[in-house]
Amino acid sequence: MSDAEATGQPGEAPGLVREVVKSALRVENVDTPKNRVLAVAHTVWLHLHPSKVPRHAVRFSFTWGAGGIAFYLFLITVVTGVALMFVYRPTPEHAWLDMKRLDFDVPFGMVNRNMHRWAAHAMVIVVWVHLLRVFLTGSYKAPRQFNWVVGVGLLTLTMLLSFTGYLLPWDQLSMWAVTVGTNMAAAAPVVGHEGPFAAPGVTAANDARALLLGGPTVGGNALLRFYILHCVALPLALGLGCILHFWRVRRDGGISGPAAPKGGA
Amino acid sequence: MTDPRPPTLWTRRDVQTRSGWALLSASLFAGFGAFVRLLFPRVRSEPPTKVVLGRPEDFAVGEVSERFKKSHRLIVVREALGFYALRSVCTHLGCVPAWSAAQDKFKCPCHGSGFHRDGVNFEGPAPRPLERLALALDADGNLVADTAVVLRSERGEWARDDAFVRYPKEGRP
Repeated sequence: MSDAEATGQPGEAPGLVREVVKSALRVENVDTPKNRVLAVAHTVWLHLHPSKVPRHAVRFSFTWGAGGIAFYLFLITVVTGVALMFVYRPTPEHAWLDMKRLDFDVPFGMVNRNMHRWAAHAMVIVVWVHLLRVFLTGSYKAPRQFNWVVGVGLLTLTMLLSFTGYLLPWDQLSMWAVTVGTNMAAAAPVVGHEGPFAAPGVTAANDARALLLGGPTVGGNALLRFYILHCVALPLALGLGCILHFWRVRRDGGISGPAAPKGGA
Repeated sequence: MTDPRPPTLWTRRDVQTRSGWALLSASLFAGFGAFVRLLFPRVRSEPPTKVVLGRPEDFAVGEVSERFKKSHRLIVVREALGFYALRSVCTHLGCVPAWSAAQDKFKCPCHGSGFHRDGVNFEGPAPRPLERLALALDADGNLVADTAVVLRSERGEWARDDAFVRYPKEGRP
């Protein structure tokens, strides 16, 4: 690489860097309005990002940024959760001790666990705030009806993640909370043996509660099932739902804004 | 295409963009460091290394005892003059050699290494003798092995006092 290539224009990357960036983004790394749009439209990393942001979309008072914050909190729980999985063993003899080990033995264990816990609590709150904002601004209306339905599904998954994660510390609080929660499943219509309109053949041994617990009470099987739901099934479903949700935001005309934009937004 | 910006080294926007990326990279790097550190806990829980093997009289002269093999992976051998303990870990790749009284040897099931009753290798791929474990008689007269103290023949460690327990004591030459 010659000196001329290495230096180039001010603010322009050297030749090799430029080539690497171009091979990754499929666009020349020269900062022009056109290249910015192409870079966003042509790569998997940025294609969900709007290539042009309308002025109203950066007005925090309209969106409260709640959807983005909720997704950011989800990312925090994923990263910290994977770290926790390296220490935590979902068995009755280990679960509670491993939680204590995280708090008192493992370096950065306590900050990891608490980041996971607080991000999870905050995510539940922020997802509710996001739905409230979308409702109050009427953003669920056409053409965004379908994405409202997807959003309600994501809310449900968020609540289920919160519920399944609650059992994993394996203390009295989580144990009895899940006892109560799964007994509610036993009282569910059709699929619960204590519920109304119980389907024929539905008994305590094969109803929704038995499916969740893998036994008559909250025991080792329940812990394992909740762990797998919490760490594999539900995050996967939520991730896929997020992909659909964000893609629909773009396809439904970008982030919703005030009905009558003033001053040419 | 001409660059419309003034010919400064870094514009205001460059400085802000690069500081942003620097801050982001630094925090990701620190977070990754914390994660790596998390994988090395300060406390490891392991079983105690001292194993009480029982009274010396419990072992017959000439016996190769495998009664602690499953629980502690060690073999107790009683000779006419006393005791030694062998680690039942093959020095080839770590399988468990089995004692064969009929052939008077330890035979490893994985790759066929053979060891004499004193632990010395004589056939198969094992490069060196089985390791011995430190053995002693405690104050109550019980045989006690220490799985944390490994004695290797090729280092001359079998000559140490704790590699062989004289028994009975009056048998000491």
